[in-house]
Amino acid sequence: MTNIPADNSIVVEHLHVVRGDREVLPDLSVTVPRGQVIGLLGPSGGGKSTLMRAVVGVQVIAGGTVSVLGEEAGSPALRQRVGYLTQAPSVYGDLTVRDNVRYFGRVIGVGGDAADRAIEAVALTDHADALVENLSGGQWSRANLACTLVGDPEVLVLDEPTVGLDPVLRRDLWDLFRRLAGDGRTVLVSSHVMDEAVRCDRLLLLREGVILSDSTLPELLERTGTTDAEQAFLALIDEAAARDGGAAA
Amino acid sequence: MNARITLATAARILRQLRGDHRTVALMILVPVVLLGLLAWIYADLPGDVFNRIGPALLGVFPFVVMFIVTSIATLRERTSGTLERLLTTPLNKGDLMVGYALAFGSMAFLQAVVATGFAVWVCGLEIAGPLGLLVVVALFDALLGTALGLLASGFARTEFQAVQFMPAFVLPQFLLCGLLVPRELLPPALEAISDVLPLSYAVDAMKDVTVQTDPLSDVLPSLGVIALWIVLSLALGSLTLRRRTP
Repeated sequence: MTNIPADNSIVVEHLHVVRGDREVLPDLSVTVPRGQVIGLLGPSGGGKSTLMRAVVGVQVIAGGTVSVLGEEAGSPALRQRVGYLTQAPSVYGDLTVRDNVRYFGRVIGVGGDAADRAIEAVALTDHADALVENLSGGQWSRANLACTLVGDPEVLVLDEPTVGLDPVLRRDLWDLFRRLAGDGRTVLVSSHVMDEAVRCDRLLLLREGVILSDSTLPELLERTGTTDAEQAFLALIDEAAARDGGAAA
Repeated sequence: MNARITLATAARILRQLRGDHRTVALMILVPVVLLGLLAWIYADLPGDVFNRIGPALLGVFPFVVMFIVTSIATLRERTSGTLERLLTTPLNKGDLMVGYALAFGSMAFLQAVVATGFAVWVCGLEIAGPLGLLVVVALFDALLGTALGLLASGFARTEFQAVQFMPAFVLPQFLLCGLLVPRELLPPALEAISDVLPLSYAVDAMKDVTVQTDPLSDVLPSLGVIALWIVLSLALGSLTLRRRTP
């Protein structure tokens, strides 16, 4: 990891994405420093998943640049170093948890030990030999996460990893994300659960393809004069909506 | 492409198949039951029809079964999001396509051995040429089905559509392959089309092995045409696996 000169692990400049006839991201620029947990928050349909897809290089973009660890997003050199968790669980339901994680591990080039560690990290060791399709929704999404963790990627792009999980598991996963960031990994996490904002080093609030705020939680609270993340976001969204309304009038 | 990733992919597909006993049983038993039925239908009739149609069907079954299984399996890979995830990893499109071809090819080999054995030793199909060559031709037909199935899945959005592609891709070839009317008796335009379609060569090759004691010189060109179709379909199919999507 010493061979990466840049301090920023993700640099997005003037990203422009059009899906169908809708401009999802008109002109988005953001930089994400290494070794942090970045929360990507905001209303659904605001472009969170599209931004994440652009960062892993599976999104067709109309303009701008996205670079990750100094390389163009999606380039072959990055495919072992970036881990992507899709919102919908993309694992094989007709395989066991262990077979799923081992397969994705082999594709990345790591062995069975790494697979067992990834399964342990998401607390599925007891269910490692169960077919994924027989698991509960929360277990299913943890199996999905284990397949992302298995290659120990330097950049993790996680689209709503804690959705549908109980509070204890959510806390454990956020502890895991914090540990990964402590080890120098960069974790970009989207969420619509505002109380998870306190676990992030930095918060990006995305609404209608525009970044309303890019700051730490204390900065955000101070700026909006509120006491928790949810109120702060509501204040920012109302402010933006008022601005849009004012511009239209 | 990377041998480790290709083999891991083939092993994963076979592991999925191993958990699905009913599909495996259907793949192996359906051709056997149909061949047995056909032999029985013509058992008391003159004209030795089973010996004429049987070999051609040994070429058609692996093609049809592998087409269906592959097109559904790859469609599932697309719709479940596993394909998108795999394409963010070091896996190459070729790894996935060859992985599928290896996994389903080995199933097809099993199917061909069982179906050929049943046709010859139980139904009394008379084969003049070497039996091994018959299995090789069947394997080529199966790989053709896998390759065309991969290609077809690229044009299907739903499993309903994927299933409908079976008659669309397969039945015209079946009608024109010489099984119903010898190809040289078809109207010229249809004969020309038949000369291009791969299943025609599959059936020709099967017939050659059945009636000739040393058919290799006639079978090899047919296998060449089938191989060309396999490569072409895999190449076109790989274009439908896009890393970046809108």
